[in-house]
Amino acid sequence: MIQRECGVLKTTYEADMGLYPLPIAKWTVAALGVVFFLIVPLTLHEYYLSVANLVWVAVIGALGLNILVGYTGQVSIGHGAFMSVGAYTAANLANRLGSPWPVNLLAGGLMAALIGAIVGIPSLRIKGLYLAIATLAGQLIIEWTINHVTFISGGVQASIEVARPRLGPMVLDTQRDMYYFLLVFVVLAIVGTMNLMRSRIGRAFIAIRDQDIAAEIIGINIFRYKLLAFAISSFYAGVTGVLYTYFLGIANYEQFQIGVSIDYLAMIIIGGLGSVLGSIFGAIFVTLLPIVIRYAMEAFGGIFFSPQTVLNLIPNLRLMLFGALIIFFLIVEPEGLNRLWRNIRSYFRVWPFAY
Amino acid sequence: MRPFLAIATALIVAAGSLTVASPSLAQSKSEIVIGVQCDRTGPTQIVGTVYCPGFHDYIALINSKGGVDGHPIKALEIDHEYKVPPAVESYERHKKDGAVTMAIYGTPQIYALAAKLTEDRIPGTSPGFGSAAAADGLRYPYIFPIAATYWSQGAAAVDFVKKQMGGSLKGKKIAYIFYDNPAGREPIEVLEDLATKEAFQLKIFAVPPPGVEMGAQVLDIAQRYRADFVIAHLFGGAPSVSIKEFKRVGYPLRKVVSFVWGSAEANIDGAGGFGVAEGYYVMQFAGVGSDYPVLNEIREMYKKQGKEPPKEMASTVFYNRGVLVAALHVEAIRNALKAKPDGKITGVDTKNGFEKISNFTLGGLVPPLKITNTDHEGGGLVQIWQVKGGKFEKVTDWYAAYQDVVAKHIKESGAKK
Repeated sequence: MIQRECGVLKTTYEADMGLYPLPIAKWTVAALGVVFFLIVPLTLHEYYLSVANLVWVAVIGALGLNILVGYTGQVSIGHGAFMSVGAYTAANLANRLGSPWPVNLLAGGLMAALIGAIVGIPSLRIKGLYLAIATLAGQLIIEWTINHVTFISGGVQASIEVARPRLGPMVLDTQRDMYYFLLVFVVLAIVGTMNLMRSRIGRAFIAIRDQDIAAEIIGINIFRYKLLAFAISSFYAGVTGVLYTYFLGIANYEQFQIGVSIDYLAMIIIGGLGSVLGSIFGAIFVTLLPIVIRYAMEAFGGIFFSPQTVLNLIPNLRLMLFGALIIFFLIVEPEGLNRLWRNIRSYFRVWPFAY
Repeated sequence: MRPFLAIATALIVAAGSLTVASPSLAQSKSEIVIGVQCDRTGPTQIVGTVYCPGFHDYIALINSKGGVDGHPIKALEIDHEYKVPPAVESYERHKKDGAVTMAIYGTPQIYALAAKLTEDRIPGTSPGFGSAAAADGLRYPYIFPIAATYWSQGAAAVDFVKKQMGGSLKGKKIAYIFYDNPAGREPIEVLEDLATKEAFQLKIFAVPPPGVEMGAQVLDIAQRYRADFVIAHLFGGAPSVSIKEFKRVGYPLRKVVSFVWGSAEANIDGAGGFGVAEGYYVMQFAGVGSDYPVLNEIREMYKKQGKEPPKEMASTVFYNRGVLVAALHVEAIRNALKAKPDGKITGVDTKNGFEKISNFTLGGLVPPLKITNTDHEGGGLVQIWQVKGGKFEKVTDWYAAYQDVVAKHIKESGAKK
């Protein structure tokens, strides 16, 4: 993933398909594991962990959306709604049956996968922008249903409180507990996506993205794999919704509106379509950048303006800067942050030589 | 170029860190921190751009008078664009900065933070939005609506209509037009209850988001259903559209009463000005107009600094609400400091402070709330004002209605859990 390599010297299929092409990759992953499982949670203040938690939730959602949009080439503007399907399924199960969180998590994911596959049916006939509009309809229908069917929403307020997840006798309620809770699923999501993409299913997805007619000719069942892509992607979305619900302690209709779908699309486009690392970069970028910009402006704004003006300026300037930076990064590298990262890596691989 | 850039960046960083460091040295007694969330850039910015300056002006006024018992108040504001993840982040940031009370802004945000506020024992306010069931102080010990909830507003609206109809609603037709989201649907159960109780006919008309298209609903109300009175509960740009539409179909605006988020100068201006909206009734949870002692003091304060009072003060409805919320937070802190004169107050102390607020009216800008450990709404008091001759004119004093019905619903929602 982040390792460097030197030449293609593989002699077997196993080596070619290996997750770790070089020994150093294993060490990188181990080092990252130590940093994120030990150093970060044990040294940082809870506030930073809460920010990390928001990033983790976004990473899982972005990975899921990238499977569909980046790898299979099917646009979806309905992922916010798929998250809400997962969230409400889990919240209802938790409150009506009192089932434990692993059951709810799985059920939420599966329910979202089912609904996602249904919303994905139009993808068999239509593509591109037309499909985007079809999934937009899915988003609006699901929003409407949750808003109006009190059996699902648990009342007109459309919010269901959920107890904190328990691990044996431990109640996971602090940001630090949540950090570990979410990180485990982030790792599972990353490993899952990477493995999926080097399997037969993943290669079928990529074939469909590159040219669906050609894919059909070489024997890929388009019907099955397109719906499978929707289902897997929505499963991720559903799991994201469930995790978000447990993170906040409530499933609320207004947390999954259309703006959320657009945010996630922004993440994968900025990060890089069709790459695991890109999804992670995108989620980090979109979640962290506004916070970083605000910190910078809080520090420097006082030099030039009065406190009242600064308060009014910060949110507006932040939006403008955020937009400008997105444009900047996309112009510098239209293929996203992932490509930018690879360019930097290949530059330093031969550094100080030019080629 | 590059060395120059590096030096410039270094200088800016140094200057920035200096300005951050300096204010903390100024005061002798410890600072009390309030976490303020705000929406100056999101979908409800017409509220936020006026409401938040109102909040800060009141805090500045308190600090210019020497703070609360010598403790300066620091209101840290973070704008969350009406999104949930930034609200979570700003909550944690304020908690890290030692906030002992939080002014939350937005319905999804207060829902998302309810569990955390309770676990961390920091009181959070949700004035005029959020869940009506949160008025139950025993069930939600750390959530304070501190203003009339949608249930109380619905009850007050029915009571107002009843008085307008000459004391009886029997057989009358009331239309309820609302923004089709959970907040818009929330009062329906109370209204339906009251319809049975008062024997009036109730018909509901949903306006789908984003609420700019309601020609059909308004036409239906005016010409097919022929409502005797309309109760409107709309948000954002929708109230302005509703005024225009009622005007267009010739329905008299003196038969329309709007809930608190369709009742500001901005809503009237959006509809074409006060001349167009003549007769329109609006509900308020803070006093309207600029004729209150506290607002005069704020103007004085600006004058002393040699500045003009901010232009936001002209938009009195939202500005005064900002002042009201800030004032209630300061009162809670004052009560907390009274109980703990050493100044080391925590969220639990400010929670108790909120629950001691009683008859604090700020010269009429704040209703005579009585917040207790069971009632975090403080009585559900509202005033009705009317658009008349180019401004808002007061029609009723502070009142609450059908509190037994509202209490029943709060109890039922607690039992459902």
